[in-house]
Amino acid sequence: MLRYSLKRLLSLVISLAVASLVIFFVIEVAPGDPASFMLGINAQPDTVAALRSELGLDQSKVERYLSWVGGMLQGDFGTSYTYRSPVSTMVADRLWVSLPLAIYALALSTLIAFPAGIYAAARRGKAGDMAVMGATQLGVAVPNFWFAMMLVLIFAINLRWFGAGGFPGWDKGVWAGIHALTLPAIALALPQAAILARVMRSALLDILGEDFMRTARAKGLSRRQALWRHGVRNALIPVLTIIGLQFSFLLAGSIIIEQVFYLPGLGRLVFQAISSRDLIVVESVVMLLVFAVITVNFLVDLAYAAVDPRLRSRT
Amino acid sequence: MSRNLILGAMLSSLVVLAALVSFVWTPFDYTAMNIPGKLQTPNATHWLGTDHFGRDMFSMIMVGARTSIAVALVAVGIGMGLGVPLGLAAAARKGSWLDELIMRGNDLVFAFPSLVIAILITAVFGAGAINAIIAIGIFNIPVFARITRGAALSLWEREFIMAARVAGKSATRISFEHILPNVLNLLIVQGTIQFSLGILAEAALSYVGLGAQPPTPSWGRMLADSQTMVSFAPHLALIPGCAIIVTVLGLNLMGDGLRDWLDPRLRVARA
Repeated sequence: MLRYSLKRLLSLVISLAVASLVIFFVIEVAPGDPASFMLGINAQPDTVAALRSELGLDQSKVERYLSWVGGMLQGDFGTSYTYRSPVSTMVADRLWVSLPLAIYALALSTLIAFPAGIYAAARRGKAGDMAVMGATQLGVAVPNFWFAMMLVLIFAINLRWFGAGGFPGWDKGVWAGIHALTLPAIALALPQAAILARVMRSALLDILGEDFMRTARAKGLSRRQALWRHGVRNALIPVLTIIGLQFSFLLAGSIIIEQVFYLPGLGRLVFQAISSRDLIVVESVVMLLVFAVITVNFLVDLAYAAVDPRLRSRT
Repeated sequence: MSRNLILGAMLSSLVVLAALVSFVWTPFDYTAMNIPGKLQTPNATHWLGTDHFGRDMFSMIMVGARTSIAVALVAVGIGMGLGVPLGLAAAARKGSWLDELIMRGNDLVFAFPSLVIAILITAVFGAGAINAIIAIGIFNIPVFARITRGAALSLWEREFIMAARVAGKSATRISFEHILPNVLNLLIVQGTIQFSLGILAEAALSYVGLGAQPPTPSWGRMLADSQTMVSFAPHLALIPGCAIIVTVLGLNLMGDGLRDWLDPRLRVARA
């Protein structure tokens, strides 16, 4: 287990290093100089030069890459070009919206998908299965931001159960925060739940065909007991993988969903930064998201290597 | 053929037909504004109503289909065009540094949240359909490389490949003449799925303003425009949304149906 963990840790570090290089390179080749953009077209050349050296833009690429990565390792994400405030505090503020939203959505998605997938597998080929599978086909085809708009139309505008958008802040109470994140979380969760339910169903169907399931029945367990004690537990391994992968979809998806609900999360920060060409913010937020995704996948790998020793010898 | 395949093919061809017909005919000029006739609900003249500029929704949906299909199609093309040769090469030299490099590169691209990087690319190089295509296309490369490599690896063990090697054919020729035709089924099925994901990705990028730019109609863009008017003109949001759902649903059903149809072993297992 230790050898496997170290091997995976090494590949995690390599992935992060390569990812940071790619992101830095993409931002580097971006047309336009942030200093001249900030000062406008009428700026004097020496003012631009002064700002460039203040922002560190006159250093060599290698120096700038190293100071960016070195800074991030110490929690310093640089200084925003437009707001002149540390990117790390801007990100930290927004993270308190985006992260709870992604976790909320993940919880909802799991809560919907598990029962639906297990139910469909248990009734394979019957009407209940058909209904669940039909619903998941539809769920996969619905763009989440459109679904979000429909939720706003029904539950915010017509029924007035929720606000149409915005976020009160956690200092207004945990309940108010959760209330404001409910519609966005549902919008994010349902399409993911459709995928998860399909995976749960097919994983469970694979298990149901195994010999040990027949043995379980033969030793006197009822269908239901065998399903829960031996089926669902074994089906969890492929399902866990997908949950890990979904975290990245949820984070990326929250960027779009935040636009629908005017939530002050990372997504809005990124789009504001894009429109003001505040590239240091874009660079750092994207790196942070990639870091989160790669790390979560790493943890999922470790988690099921711990659960299933057979996986350690593979890869 | 399954019901899935027939229904999926019908829905998909409906959308493709609408896109093709839009080149020669739309009920109205999709750019023609008519402010007095704005925000009409669906009626006999304007079958799907009009938007906030009085433009005909039906015509815009037809032309929007063109944008969606073009972006998704080229993105799948990039993915297949680069991914399939990479996968074939990796399988032909299994275990070599080339195989290792291709597979590690694949893992890396998979680790990135695709939408975030698509946003990064379009943000840096400018919003627009071309950059959206590139951004979506890049993420199709590892998908096709991986699936091609996996299928090709098992084919390399088979007798007819051995026969071709004995006959003195090079690895490149074998890959293209014998391996590729045998993985084509798999690629068609995956292509359908990636196509539908491409439609969704294009809609999302256009929705946040990083995809096709006005006046080119795009379903995502139409949804973004409708957002402030959804309370009094819900049809503006409903119609492009339904267009996306019908297209994606059709492609997914077709992909599922094709998979069952092309691989008879699955017919029993999946029934």
